[in-house]
Amino acid sequence: MSAILQGAGAATALSPFNSVDSKKLAASRRSLPVRVGGYIVARSGVSKSFPSGLRVRRSEQLIANAVATKADGAASSTSSKPGHELLLFEALQEGLEEEMERDARVCVMGEDVGHYGGSYKVTKDLAKKFGDLRVLDTPICENAFTGMGIGAAMTGLRPVVEGMNMGFLLLAFNQISNNCGMLHYTSGGQFTIPIVIRGPGGVGRQLGAEHSQRLESYFQSIPGIQMVACSTPYNAKGLMKAAIRSENPVILFEHVLLYNLKERIPDEEYVCNLEEAEMVRPGEHVTILTYSRMRYHVMQAAKTLVNKGFDPEVIDIRSLKPFDLYTIGNSVKKTHRVLIVEECMRTGGIGASLTAAINENFHDYLDAPVVCLSSQDVPTPYAGTLEEWTVVQPAQIVTAVEQLCL
Amino acid sequence: MAIWLSRSKNLVFGLRQHLGLSGIRRHVSSRSALTAPLSSTAVLRRPPPPILAGFRRESTAAEKQRDLVNQSDEEDVQELDFPGGKVSYTCELKFMPECASRRVPCYRVLDEGGNVIPLSDFSPVSEELAVKMYGKMATLQMMDNVFYEAQRQGRISFYLTSVGEEAINIASAAALSPDDVVLPQYREPGILLWRGFTLQEFANQCFGNRGDYGKGRQMPIHYGSNRHNYFTVSSPIATQLPQAAGVGYALKMEKKNACAVTFVGDGGTSEGDFHAGLNFAAVMEAPVVFICRNNGYAISTHISEQFRSDGIVVKGQAYGIRSIRVDGNDTLAVYSAVRLAREMAVTEQRPVLIEALTYRVGHHSTSDDSTKYRPADEIQYWKTTRNPVNRFRKWVERNGWWSQEEEDELRGNVRKQLLEAIQVAEKSGKQPLKELFNDVYDVPTENLAEQEVGLRELVGKYPQDYPIGFHASDS
Repeated sequence: MSAILQGAGAATALSPFNSVDSKKLAASRRSLPVRVGGYIVARSGVSKSFPSGLRVRRSEQLIANAVATKADGAASSTSSKPGHELLLFEALQEGLEEEMERDARVCVMGEDVGHYGGSYKVTKDLAKKFGDLRVLDTPICENAFTGMGIGAAMTGLRPVVEGMNMGFLLLAFNQISNNCGMLHYTSGGQFTIPIVIRGPGGVGRQLGAEHSQRLESYFQSIPGIQMVACSTPYNAKGLMKAAIRSENPVILFEHVLLYNLKERIPDEEYVCNLEEAEMVRPGEHVTILTYSRMRYHVMQAAKTLVNKGFDPEVIDIRSLKPFDLYTIGNSVKKTHRVLIVEECMRTGGIGASLTAAINENFHDYLDAPVVCLSSQDVPTPYAGTLEEWTVVQPAQIVTAVEQLCL
Repeated sequence: MAIWLSRSKNLVFGLRQHLGLSGIRRHVSSRSALTAPLSSTAVLRRPPPPILAGFRRESTAAEKQRDLVNQSDEEDVQELDFPGGKVSYTCELKFMPECASRRVPCYRVLDEGGNVIPLSDFSPVSEELAVKMYGKMATLQMMDNVFYEAQRQGRISFYLTSVGEEAINIASAAALSPDDVVLPQYREPGILLWRGFTLQEFANQCFGNRGDYGKGRQMPIHYGSNRHNYFTVSSPIATQLPQAAGVGYALKMEKKNACAVTFVGDGGTSEGDFHAGLNFAAVMEAPVVFICRNNGYAISTHISEQFRSDGIVVKGQAYGIRSIRVDGNDTLAVYSAVRLAREMAVTEQRPVLIEALTYRVGHHSTSDDSTKYRPADEIQYWKTTRNPVNRFRKWVERNGWWSQEEEDELRGNVRKQLLEAIQVAEKSGKQPLKELFNDVYDVPTENLAEQEVGLRELVGKYPQDYPIGFHASDS
């Protein structure tokens, strides 16, 4: 149904530098050296200093929109096509491998991550390269290997814990909530937990209710963790690297259906900003906020909308906790209309929280109530037709924008 | 070999004579007997005979009989090949009993009178070490009493004693190296005490004041100190067990001469994390020492209602973990066992399980009144007659290493220090407002910063509604 996403094997080509991320070049948040040479630097604009001291360079220049046009990249490479092409799961693997080379404390643990290479091949060949202690196959107990990761992190390692499917991490909820999120705080800052918990989630192709969970809505309330969702090979690699380098526990949400997306990414090293949203397509009429797989449904709807004469601004929020209210706010102040498109259930999802945050912070700028398109509050059914009805489709998005922009 | 062959030939002849040709038919008919109730015939105990199609020539029959005989002789040597390795088979339909006929014996060195039991093996303890151990046990005992009273007086909100478990606390700590990472449950403050945590530091945490390393964020007795390699206590039961496997894994990766040591109570072994932690540590071959304090009660749940196995020690073998049962009230036994366990864990890179039998003399915590579910005279018995501190004292005194004067001096000093510590802790200022928002992340996020600003405004506007000093200036 969704034309943008193909099944296994087919790949969608995205334009190379379809969105811009500011780089944490001299971020004050950590003292780890970051290679500066060879970075692709978009023209950086205002340096916004957050009250927290988090310094982030924002770029005003937007290079391309995600739908069709080729990028007018700032790459200095002499070859006609700079960078290299790969699939999203390969991008994740590349990011992970680079970080493991860079820091001997980074290790991986999870089910079938070792010689099997991971259920989605994100850890392919890593065990061969780094050994099967550093890429550890664990018995089946999510609470155990998450707890193990936490203990290892508190002792100085930087574990990357893979949940075979995000839904299984519900078994690890106790460790994630009561320990991972809390121990830095309750120990008075004595112990840090620089752990990354990652895995595929979201609605797949007829995987049934238990394999179609949206864990971000359950986890979003846990204090002390950060949550990010990747959606393109470019941001997948960048977010993986950033998450590993972060001193906080980070949960990286991947999507089962996005692993085979193809994109050309830079050869040079880059790291994405964990707390930053991605401007996918600038526009004037309405702000569409989305993340993960829904980004592609939105962009498909955007094509239709453009043909109908609308100019939607599409933002991939990427940072699910905390929200990048700076980028979002600027957009709302420009367009005055907000549509949120998510895969979570209506009750208690990311969209629900985002709606509240926008209403609270940007109420004066809104010309219409925030509209949130989400899945219904039902377990995801197996039957293909039923499953399709439970996921927000591009046609719905088009209708919602039309109604919003009346 | 020849003798064996002739013997079997005789057997064959014997069988032939018994069964004769009709034996074959009997086998055939006994096959139908297989469909009859199981109690029918002893033939069923043998491996089922090869399918005999009607009448056979006698030589073939003999061959078959011989095969049967051969099979029964080699029965014990033949093995089955399954994933998981070779395993011999048996034709006896027999279940393993739910419990061994005898309970696993308990390792002890000192008797109740504080005498070393003849022929015990144990690690020798020098005078210096013995006196230090006794001193810390007595200090722990006193700290528990004084802080418990302080809670009763309303000066701290909550407390949890380790009375009756002083030997486990101190002896295990003494047997470890300072580099060994300790993941406590909550009834092991003695480890910190041994490692140099001062009474003032304990008091600060209980009062949650400015001196608390936890910055006032945790309940009393949830001590934690990275300097002392003691992970901050976390209330949920048994979560530290898989984490200990992780610590062991980290130490193994970094090839450190150290192990993880983690504690859990008898109740905690019912948690899924117990299974998880032990299984993982075994599979990872992680250097972890699991110490289970089996003190008989999980709040009001007696161990007879907690599990049906012979305690916890038998569970070790289920995970492929070496285990031992120890008299937890015997200081020397605990010391020796933990010492050896630690050595095994580090040199052999394997987990070890120690079940320390003991008794929880105090209530579960200050929120509990254990006389409601157990007889007061039982508590009294264990408090006096089976007191681990007294028992060890007898041994130390008998060696001429301790006297009544030193006892009085120690008790007097410690009591004074404790009362002073409480007074100082009580008077110390509480944590400033910003500590509400710090350490959630390494750097506060924007929404947290906003929330702090909002709270400050609120407190500034209605200072009378907030505790004095809450909005006091801070850096």
